[in-house]
Amino acid sequence: MSKLVSTLREAMEKAGLKSGMTISFHHHLRNGDYVLNMVLEEAEKMGVRDLGVEASSIFDVHAPIIDHIRNGVVTRLGTNYMGAKVGKAITQGVMDTPVIFRTHGGRPNAIETGKIKIDIAFVAAPCADAAGNANGIYGKSACGSMGYAVSDAKCAQKTIVITDTLMPYPLSPASIEETNVDFVVKVDEIGDAKGIVSGTTQITRDPVGLKIAQTAADVIRHSGYLENGFSFQTGAGGASLAVTKFLKPIMREKGVKGSFGLGGITSYMVDMLKEGYFEKLMDVQCFDLGAVASLRENPNHIEVSASRYASPGVKSACVDHLDTVILGATQVDLDFNVNVHTDSNGFIMGGSGGHSDTAAGAKLAIIVAPLYRARLPIVVDRVHTKSTPGSTVDVLVTQRGIAVNPEREELKRRLVKGGLPVFDISELKNLAERVTGTPEEISKGGRVVAKVEYRDGTIIDEIRSVE
Amino acid sequence: MKISKSAAAGSMESNDAMILIEPGEGDVEIAIESVVMRQFGKQIESAVKSVLDEYEIDDARVWVRDKGAVECTLRARTETAILRALKEEAK
Repeated sequence: MSKLVSTLREAMEKAGLKSGMTISFHHHLRNGDYVLNMVLEEAEKMGVRDLGVEASSIFDVHAPIIDHIRNGVVTRLGTNYMGAKVGKAITQGVMDTPVIFRTHGGRPNAIETGKIKIDIAFVAAPCADAAGNANGIYGKSACGSMGYAVSDAKCAQKTIVITDTLMPYPLSPASIEETNVDFVVKVDEIGDAKGIVSGTTQITRDPVGLKIAQTAADVIRHSGYLENGFSFQTGAGGASLAVTKFLKPIMREKGVKGSFGLGGITSYMVDMLKEGYFEKLMDVQCFDLGAVASLRENPNHIEVSASRYASPGVKSACVDHLDTVILGATQVDLDFNVNVHTDSNGFIMGGSGGHSDTAAGAKLAIIVAPLYRARLPIVVDRVHTKSTPGSTVDVLVTQRGIAVNPEREELKRRLVKGGLPVFDISELKNLAERVTGTPEEISKGGRVVAKVEYRDGTIIDEIRSVE
Repeated sequence: MKISKSAAAGSMESNDAMILIEPGEGDVEIAIESVVMRQFGKQIESAVKSVLDEYEIDDARVWVRDKGAVECTLRARTETAILRALKEEAK
């Protein structure tokens, strides 16, 4: 039987799409993704309603989903991250059923244990063969790793691969294997290359960001975890990426050879692999073209599924081997709980992604954040939304000083001995408020518009509507 | 004192504010737009008002477009806008 069908509509009909079903998407095409919108538009034309959407992330490019929610095509939504555009509409209460936020590790666990039942998985594939073998390293929409789509393809009742680059059978490597694919459809374009990956990832030049990054690197130096076999993850944004710039000379000086870099991978991490700072890169998502090229060419740059990356339900995952992770925050409270879901006015503009998975797994979880941002202190009495529990967070680094979780006495002792400016977290709050003034409390809001599911499936917070 | 010419100071960058001061209609009117309106709206108004009071401005319209400026920035921007408006008036 041929899996290759001529139109997306035909694939959706053959897969049996009907009202009430749950469909899934992955987000490697990020803000350049056409596939989610394409599928929902076609579903609307087919007259299908009441769909559940399980998308590993929702970006601003997915704003058309707001209309599909309004007109009843989409009535349920689960995701690990939501950009500000759709986040605003959700916070204003566009959907009756609360959104379920999960983590990059919690989502594949929920899929693999049957908590999320996917009827049809839509896999956006930069290249694929007619049997459905697919990868993200070739083709005009190359995105690199396809790690977030693996559990979807494996566990969904039906899997449709959507590609714009059809290759001869058998395509290798196969990030998605033919064994899991029901239909393959070729479309003109699955995404806009400009939104999929950035050309290069720049390190911040903001002096505050650099100061924070330098201090975080010094925390790693004196933490006791920087020794041969060291493993490391950092994000692509703000001060996070800059930590690598300061970590490199420290690793060189101490003669430390790292075992692996993990996570969303940037060309900065690729350079560290090439220069021998790390033996391997474990890659669930590529952030720039350098990372895509490296995944294609370097056998030590390894693609991992979301499940292997961070699932709490598998026998072991990469995050369980992680020494240090650098993470951001919109708020941190006196108990070290971190908010990455909502902004200062309570609007959704993010999500955990792998935040709480890596914080839980890593021996040393460092939060980097400025003391205040646009007059708002980062340290607050109580976070507006609890994304990552404080029990899994070890150090907060700001430009004026650091705070160590009181549960980590030994770590604190080492950092004080290393000469780091260690404060009580409430002192950092006071330091900020002396400059900014004390903000007035904002109300918790109206009805529940989203629930935050921790990686183990328990609900750790709710997000309420804002007018 | 009355403002009879308009003047501005500041920028629309994050952590800054743009203050525009212009002739009033017999009293002081302050209009504020801020990214931190809920948290600092009252404090922004009282900071701007106190600078106006220091210069004994009792007839002006002031527009504040705040991008999260701290109080000293707000005060400096307001003062500069006032001085620019008064300087032009002296010419």
